[in-house]
Amino acid sequence: MVTPKELKYAKTHEWVRAEGPLAFVGITDYAQESLGDIVYLEPPEADQEVKRGEEVATIESVKAASPIYTPVSGKIERLNPLLEKKPELINQKPYEAFLFVVRMSDPSELAGLLDAAGYESHVEQEKAAH
Amino acid sequence: MFPSLPHTEEDLRLMLETVGAAGLEELFADVPPELRLKQPLAIPSARAEADVYRRLSALAAANRTDAVCFLGGGSYDHLIPATVGAVLGRSEFYTAYTPYQAEISQGVLQAIFEYQSLICALTGLEVSNASLYDGATAACEAASLALNSVRRSRKVLYARTLHPHTRRVLATHFSGLEVELEEVASADGVMDRGDLRRRLAPGTAALIVQSPNFLGYLEDLTGLAEEVHAAGALLVQSADPLSLGALRSPGDWGADVAAGDAQPCGLPPYFGGPTVGYLAARQALLHRLPGRIAGESVDRDGRRAFVLTLQAREQHIKRERATSNICSNQALAALAVAVYLVSVGKRGLSEAARQSAAKAHYLAERLGRETRAKPLTGRPFFLEFPLALPGPAAPVLKRMEEQGFFAGLPLDGLAPEVAPAGAAERIILVAVTEKRTREELDRYVDTMKRILK
Repeated sequence: MVTPKELKYAKTHEWVRAEGPLAFVGITDYAQESLGDIVYLEPPEADQEVKRGEEVATIESVKAASPIYTPVSGKIERLNPLLEKKPELINQKPYEAFLFVVRMSDPSELAGLLDAAGYESHVEQEKAAH
Repeated sequence: MFPSLPHTEEDLRLMLETVGAAGLEELFADVPPELRLKQPLAIPSARAEADVYRRLSALAAANRTDAVCFLGGGSYDHLIPATVGAVLGRSEFYTAYTPYQAEISQGVLQAIFEYQSLICALTGLEVSNASLYDGATAACEAASLALNSVRRSRKVLYARTLHPHTRRVLATHFSGLEVELEEVASADGVMDRGDLRRRLAPGTAALIVQSPNFLGYLEDLTGLAEEVHAAGALLVQSADPLSLGALRSPGDWGADVAAGDAQPCGLPPYFGGPTVGYLAARQALLHRLPGRIAGESVDRDGRRAFVLTLQAREQHIKRERATSNICSNQALAALAVAVYLVSVGKRGLSEAARQSAAKAHYLAERLGRETRAKPLTGRPFFLEFPLALPGPAAPVLKRMEEQGFFAGLPLDGLAPEVAPAGAAERIILVAVTEKRTREELDRYVDTMKRILK
């Protein structure tokens, strides 16, 4: 399991890379590994107002359809155009294949997310619980 | 081995305790007492095979099978080539239940794939599922598909001119859900476009319209898709697939979804069923299409092979993410449709549709000219039309039956609300297929003339 130090993480297995007022959001290596081959991403609506924890997208793998929650509130700034044709990039490069970008309305929410170490121990706990 | 494994007393006690019911009586308290069975089922004791055969033959003999059929109302008496029965009767298809290890049943998957391809070609849409139970459930699934696809939508509009059973099943299907079902009024036998305009608003997921509609009339679909799309909603068209041998396809009309009953293509009316529902949609809706979908692929040696595909949103994968509770299809009936369509071919289907329409128009014209029974309006219709009798329909239908005709369906019991005020008891729906002969049509007119003189 790869967990880059410079990113923030949500317990629902999304990562966030903040660049000024923008937050790039993707799913973690652990998440993509668990989902299996990803065949389809149903993205959020551009310009949509979203609230932290809200379900905004769906990832479909050969196993199942799974909800994606936004870790921060704001407005959907843009989507990743590469994923429409090549959703498998999420499997191949989970930390490059962002799903969407949020223009944050409350950047202080970032402080409430996990760091790499916190996320890894959360994953260990989840695994132990299953 | 036991024929079934019943719950033990201990199972029952635990389950009742979990739901907090004191006993079975309390658990079933919601079922009205008049619907509860209060004594053991009245099943006679076992009989010898020959006795059972005699008894059932006597019961079957009470059916009237010699009358010439002019009944429609969603189930039609079309010609069916013998190939359909021959293929359907093969035990590989006939006896098989749904293949749980799907890919090992390549024959079944290929049959479904062929069916889907034919439905796409007929409806002018890109994707089809493996079929549904009937036209009414197909309409419900189409509505759900639209609700799931149009963001922030919770309203579904449907035309009053839909088959009344479809309207009733829609109401049942969506009762208890946060979905607003709204009926668009009809005027003069077709959907009232003015009423539609008043009801179309943001938050509308779909309009469901049937053409040819329940009364047999063709709805005017001109500009309808544009109007519905402008409100952000999807257009769902229910069409008799056999009519598509002669009429423009839903896809050509700009519909996003086609959903209906495929009984006219290869299935006899039986005694009201089983039939089969079809559901097809534009490519963009593929990932939300409910039910099973057979896909074409290659095996590891590169040979053509078939798979069940796009199952991520089926309820047996992840129930709470499922787009529908449909988990099966109507495989044998869908196979009948596929075999029918390839047997008659493009020209045969066109011929069946055109002959049905021509014969229906011949009958309507002669009745209107020579008898006191009058076709209701001069609207364009396909193979079915409402016929207004001078008085109550019941005695006329009875006398026609004595003369060897199932002359039509009385509108009264089915959908009095689509008839002009107070006229329902005088109106019957008359359906004519390519199977009817000129002699039968002429005899129908002469008999009706005599009865109504």
